[in-house]
Amino acid sequence: MRLDPTAKITNKERWGGYHLLILESPDIAREAVPGQFLMIRVAYGSRPLLRRPFGVHSRSDGSLGIFFKIEGEGTNLLAGKNPGETLDLIGPLGKGFNLGLGEEGEAHSGAPALVVGGGRGIAPLAFLAAEMRKNGRTVKILYGGRSRTDIPLKDRLKAEGGDLVCATDDGSFGFSGLVTDLLDKEIQKSPASAVYACGPEPMLETVNRIAAAAGLPCELSLEARMGCGFGACWGCVRRIRKNGAESWVKICEDGPVFSGGDVVWTVKG
Amino acid sequence: MTVRSAVDLSVDLGFLRLKNPVLAASGTFGYGPEFEPFLDPGRLGGFVVKGLHFDPRPGNPPPRLAETPSGLINAVGLQGVGVASFCEKTLPRLRGYKTAVIVNVCGADTEEYVRVVEYLDGHEGIAAYELNISCPNVKAGGACPAQSPAATRKVVAAVKKRSRRPVITKLSPNVTDVAAVAAAAEEAGTDAVSLVNTFLAMAVDVETRRPKVANVYGGLSGPAIRPIALRMVHQTASRVRIPVIGLGGIATASDALEFLIAGARAVQVGTAGLVDPRAALDIIDGLEEYCRRHSLQRLSEICGTIDVR
Ligand SMILES: Cc1cc2nc3c(=O)[nH]c(=O)nc-3n(C[C@H](O)[C@H](O)[C@H](O)COP(=O)(O)OP(=O)(O)OC[C@H]3O[C@@H](n4cnc5c(N)ncnc54)[C@H](O)[C@@H]3O)c2cc1C
Ligand SMILES: Cc1cc2nc3c(=O)[nH]c(=O)nc-3n(C[C@H](O)[C@H](O)[C@H](O)COP(=O)(O)O)c2cc1C
Ligand code: FES
Repeated sequence: MRLDPTAKITNKERWGGYHLLILESPDIAREAVPGQFLMIRVAYGSRPLLRRPFGVHSRSDGSLGIFFKIEGEGTNLLAGKNPGETLDLIGPLGKGFNLGLGEEGEAHSGAPALVVGGGRGIAPLAFLAAEMRKNGRTVKILYGGRSRTDIPLKDRLKAEGGDLVCATDDGSFGFSGLVTDLLDKEIQKSPASAVYACGPEPMLETVNRIAAAAGLPCELSLEARMGCGFGACWGCVRRIRKNGAESWVKICEDGPVFSGGDVVWTVKG
Repeated sequence: MTVRSAVDLSVDLGFLRLKNPVLAASGTFGYGPEFEPFLDPGRLGGFVVKGLHFDPRPGNPPPRLAETPSGLINAVGLQGVGVASFCEKTLPRLRGYKTAVIVNVCGADTEEYVRVVEYLDGHEGIAAYELNISCPNVKAGGACPAQSPAATRKVVAAVKKRSRRPVITKLSPNVTDVAAVAAAAEEAGTDAVSLVNTFLAMAVDVETRRPKVANVYGGLSGPAIRPIALRMVHQTASRVRIPVIGLGGIATASDALEFLIAGARAVQVGTAGLVDPRAALDIIDGLEEYCRRHSLQRLSEICGTIDVR
């Protein structure tokens, strides 16, 4: 974890409301593992005041990619940055995915790891898939969005040589329906070794249920509003089960990736 | 190479000498080690540990944070590890820091403040206590002892009677006359006051019609509160003799200077450090630069020098 106040933007791409920025930051890039994130200062004044969190989307030669969707003021400002400008980053933060999840199981060995991304949730999963493939693991990406414009990375992910199946809620591309319905179908059809997911909350809850029913280990990347990203403010908690007891756990430090079975979806009392 | 004469940034609070007047504020600096990747804590004047109750506390449900223009609303609810775990697991590490470690003490009632202080008194490595009688996030509606001079007097007197260490009382801005509360704390024997804690505040998500923090109300901090905090520090410093530690929205050396000139003897940096973990160091460097520019040998010369003619 370190501060890089002057990471240079070297490239930028855009698909409607989705943006990709490549940032030169050799030290952070070297340390980053899939599932970790960066806290980026989008303005030097105090509007907006807080940094914004973004998962590491790609890495190559001392550079990191972030892929994001415009949601409000901060992401809008970030989308306006151009190559040549610099950004102030803190990273890599949090704990990443377990790249070997489900590989121990004899029954499933060799079966692909299913990587399920909804909308901008694909961001950290692209890095995860790339690293798993580098390790020789078979990966199948299930990429869903509301419409074909919400799955802008489909051609690129395909070109990167992986197994990719897309789903759109409106049926404008690929499987017609929710990406979780697609996951259900894939699991019925052929064996899998593990499930990794990132996306909207209801999607994650369903992914977790499907994986659990199929007896597959599952890791989810969660989100919360973050004040600092490095464990100092206790603002980013989620209800997590640890050694049988439930508590509010900082997702910036103990997450953002959690084992699906440890996430408490409805808090009682 | 130009030889530059040393500027003396140190401040004497009477009960405690600080190498410079910049402290990290409670709740925004974690327990301390969280900032090790970014700075050498030994460069700070000191830091205030996150609020400690006697027992571990679960804290409030999320969402706990909401951003507002130049501000942050938090309703963390003092989630924390409790004194025993702090003394066993964290304090030994803090003893290696070459800076003043101040512990923010919380309590549900007077007895708990006293119990926390008595427990901490049995451990080395703490320079002073900061009594957090002003957290708006624990009781319904944000009530706390710092909202009444009588309740303030009671807690401060009880703690002062037992504590073997200096006590700084942290005041709430959610009052009509903060100087009156400060005066009550002074009468009860506090060694200093620090102000302000956060302003009780609210934000609404208009799409869902729900409050943006689950606790409904939270505490507002950050640059948005600075002018009001400054006014309160000035009022307080004009009223009491004990040192006043100013905070609220300080993000730059110029912000810190406003508080020092208005009468604060030291300052704390809170929210700014969450955004830029090195903010306190930049402020210290900026204060030194200011002294050179104004040919001041000692920064403390400017404390309370505001000219209000
Ligand atoms: C660990 C982590 C990794 C993330 N990675 C990515 C990523 O790779 N790509 C990407 O596009 N987005 C990512 N996000 C979400 C992204 O940080 C938010 O969309 C962004 O902070 C919104 O800022 P804004 O100023 O544009 O929107 P705001 O105006 O602040 O808010 C707009 C809307 O977004 C919601 N929102 C704001 N902050 C967050 C947040 N931290 N988490 C969830 N919802 C939020 C608000 O409730 C509001 O509804 C990640 C979030 C976390 C916690
Ligand atoms: C996330 C957060 C947690 C806080 N926790 C505490 C605390 O435990 N004890 C305390 O006395 N003040 C706490 N505060 C208040 C700050 O110490 C400070 O008084 C306030 O934020 C105003 O200063 P600032 O504008 O520089 O942040 C907290 C503030 C924030 C933002
Ligand atoms: S964002 Fe501050 S503790 Fe997690």
